[in-house]
Amino acid sequence: MSVADARPAAPAAMPKLAPGKLLWPLVALVTVALVMAPAGALPAWAVKLPAAWQLGLAPQISAFMKWLMESATFGLFSVREFTRAIAWTLDLPLSAAKAVLSTGLVIGQGSDAVKLAPPIPWFAMVALGIAAGYAVSGVRLAVLMGLGLLYLAVFGQWAGAMVTLASVLVSSLLGAFGGLLLGLACVRWRAVERAVGPLLDLAQTMPVFAYLLPMLILFGFGPVSAMVATIIYAMPPMVRVTILAIRAVPEDVRSLAVMTGCTRRQTTWKMLVPTALPALMVGVNQVIMLSLNVVIIASMIGAGGLGFDVLTALRRNDIGAGLEAGLAITVLAILLDRFAQGLAHGAERGAAGRSGRRLALWAALAGVAALWLAAALWPSLATYPEAWRLSTAPWWNELVRWINLTFYSQLEAVKVFFLLNILVPVKRFMLALPWPWVAAVVTLAGFRLGGLRLAAVTGLMTLFIALSGLWPAAMVTVYLCGVGVALAMLIGVPIGLLAAANPTARKITDVAVDTLQTLPSFVYLIPFVMLFKVGDFTALIAIVLYAVAPAIRYTAHGVSQIHPALIEAGVMNGCTRLQSLLRIRLPLATPEILLGLNQTLMLALSMLVITALVGTRDLGQEVYSALAQANVGKGLVAGLCVAFIGIIADRLLSAASGRLRQRLGLG
Amino acid sequence: MLRNVTRVLSAGLIASAIGFGAAPAMAAPESKDPIKVTLHDWTGQLITARLMGETLKKAGYNVEYVQADYLAQFAGMKTGDLHVAMEVWATTAKEAMDAAIAEGGVENVGETGMQAIEDWWFPDYMKEKCPGLPDWQALKACAEAFSVPETAPKGRYLGGPVTWGGYDEERVQALGLDFEVVHAGTDAAMFAELQSAYERKAPIILWIYAPHWAPIKYKGEWVKFPPYEKACYEDPAWGVNKEAKYDCAKPRGPIYKAAWTGVKDKWPGAYKAIKAYTFTNDEIGALAAKVDLDGKKVEDVVDEWMAANESRWKGWLGQ
Repeated sequence: MSVADARPAAPAAMPKLAPGKLLWPLVALVTVALVMAPAGALPAWAVKLPAAWQLGLAPQISAFMKWLMESATFGLFSVREFTRAIAWTLDLPLSAAKAVLSTGLVIGQGSDAVKLAPPIPWFAMVALGIAAGYAVSGVRLAVLMGLGLLYLAVFGQWAGAMVTLASVLVSSLLGAFGGLLLGLACVRWRAVERAVGPLLDLAQTMPVFAYLLPMLILFGFGPVSAMVATIIYAMPPMVRVTILAIRAVPEDVRSLAVMTGCTRRQTTWKMLVPTALPALMVGVNQVIMLSLNVVIIASMIGAGGLGFDVLTALRRNDIGAGLEAGLAITVLAILLDRFAQGLAHGAERGAAGRSGRRLALWAALAGVAALWLAAALWPSLATYPEAWRLSTAPWWNELVRWINLTFYSQLEAVKVFFLLNILVPVKRFMLALPWPWVAAVVTLAGFRLGGLRLAAVTGLMTLFIALSGLWPAAMVTVYLCGVGVALAMLIGVPIGLLAAANPTARKITDVAVDTLQTLPSFVYLIPFVMLFKVGDFTALIAIVLYAVAPAIRYTAHGVSQIHPALIEAGVMNGCTRLQSLLRIRLPLATPEILLGLNQTLMLALSMLVITALVGTRDLGQEVYSALAQANVGKGLVAGLCVAFIGIIADRLLSAASGRLRQRLGLG
Repeated sequence: MLRNVTRVLSAGLIASAIGFGAAPAMAAPESKDPIKVTLHDWTGQLITARLMGETLKKAGYNVEYVQADYLAQFAGMKTGDLHVAMEVWATTAKEAMDAAIAEGGVENVGETGMQAIEDWWFPDYMKEKCPGLPDWQALKACAEAFSVPETAPKGRYLGGPVTWGGYDEERVQALGLDFEVVHAGTDAAMFAELQSAYERKAPIILWIYAPHWAPIKYKGEWVKFPPYEKACYEDPAWGVNKEAKYDCAKPRGPIYKAAWTGVKDKWPGAYKAIKAYTFTNDEIGALAAKVDLDGKKVEDVVDEWMAANESRWKGWLGQ
């Protein structure tokens, strides 16, 4: 922990008094001394928390949950009836979307169901996608939609993709709209903002697995629970973006609203929201991406769809089939994202020149309706013919096999090098740190960077982790994420710099980053297990691959937004390219890169639960096994520990970034 | 549209006509509410569940298949959200099932007839590198043959996910084996490693369970530990190591069927059929291999079996 914290903290302390300069080297020295200390030199309670000191929260939470579901009532009806009623309501839009896209309109349940109308046939859906793409944005989007949907049909992913599409559409809509409302409430009432803030932090840092089980208990087994979990995970960015975007609406617009005599509601919906729409769409994009991110996890509790296809393929060791289903998730993500962006730009451009496009859309809709009717009469038309199906799966399987047979010893050498020289020593170091010292250092860092308040927050959270009795698992977590984030930054920052300098490189990295963020990591995790075996190294690769995206994005963004005049000035003063990079671009982009570091860390933490699937022994494993053992309390406590690590890192890094920004005169 | 409706209607008529003709004794289902049968994520279970479900459908019951996590399903069964679980392995989920039974809402409907085997398994080519296998004593001498750089000179044993339990760390200690236990997080990871090692004829020893496709696809054997007895897990004095428990193989045990307690009253006929269902390891292994190795669909394999073994499933229905 101290390694990660000391770095951002050090520069912030530098311009201060001389004792401040000495502080962090001293801390580092003491840390090393403590780690090197022979066994027995430290009091036993500092090395391993005595059992009597543990909080023992987990059983209490489990007992509370049991009480809530079995005995608690609101008087007229029980808590359970209440949550089930919510589940029933949420199921309505989901069933409707599924009826249109996947199951068709049916009456009755189970095998008794009678199909009244088929789902929308594949060719009609492709036509609809193309027309909608054209209407919303133009030819380019139309082509993209056509190709993407055809991929789903040709590679046999149609059935799964439509189930996933239905649930992602509904959960994204609910998440985006709910987030918007919550954000607006936060803007209007300070108290709401204060109450919601910490909850958002938790929702963004807590692993999904930790609250899956409570969801199952509250909302019953099945797609609705999965959807609620998805919304909890995907909504926070929308709330945050809404708050920022609405606050950023220019004062002129508000004045105009007042002058034209708008009511409060009119001001919000006719003035503020439309003005902030482009910024709000960033939030919508995040909601869609995050919803697709948990497709696999949601499929574990009954959401079905592509996530389930990926899981079953990998259980059969059919890597190629898993990859194809995984890529289908990526395709869906890209289509939805581009479509949403097209909608936003369309709204910006206004109605000009859209009447022709709208006509095309109506024509296409009529065509789709006709095709649908045709499929209702001749059901064989509705499904994509089996014989036209392509699959690259055998090729991928063969590729992995070939790599395995040909390069195994080289790969093994790389792995052993990393393990023996980096992973194992860092792990030993982290596990040897006495917990009181870590808590003290974290508190100190909080104090130096943000004063008493921050010190109290970070210190108490560290103490909670220690007292939860999960300290070793937490340290393994910090070690895995720490090394993962360091590597991700080492790889991501140079790529980001390159992307900022070169438009072609930027295009390539954009596609790569999109793919990495939406391709379910489980898909590449299993081939990596074949090549690198179960263990920390495989987990590390997965973490780096997933977490490298923000490192690239934020660096590229930070560098490209530097005022050209500053770079120009450097050139005029005779800077070489290297000097310009090291002396001008990098320092000026540093606050932005620190934000990227922050995001990288968050993604690394969110990856933990996935890496638990390849056998790491960290907090992620605690959360995962709690799910498997149906132990609500254990899962939530371990989840809180993960969340607290995330929040501590976030607060410290933000404070450091803020200070640096001030010092660089960036406001 | 209209034609579609007529087709459905006529199909119904034909079906009921057949019903009258072939099995006049068939009782009408007691309730048309769907019986929810859980599906998990391994092929054998998918086949078992579907065999039961299709059989119930033949008797006119309304069956719905629901995707559910193996252990989390008991929470759903207690509340009556889920109704039937066709494979509850004594070796992995007995504790969870017993806990659910104790809390009420779940009932053990008896054994499926299939026997679960879970133990240390090695591919055949390892016999050359470690003569004396499958006897467990051989592992003492050639732990190094199973080692990798991270564990050397100790051997590396790939255990199941932590949640599977299995007491492998304790077993290694008790039997004095020079092995380090590495836990795979999921069995997908476990079998990926097996495939990788098998392709390269590289050393590997790992936890494999049956019925599963792996011991059918790959040639190998289970290590012969001293056979399991209850005393071995409870009494340190039992077995080769007088001071430690777990100095024996893992228990082999039946695979049970579990159901929501309400099934008995709501669908008595279906309950009887579920109770009567039996299958063997070899049968399910052969069917699972058709899916996992030949790439057939679970539905097709089950339909084929149903067509070829009418007397079997009719027997379950008591016809």
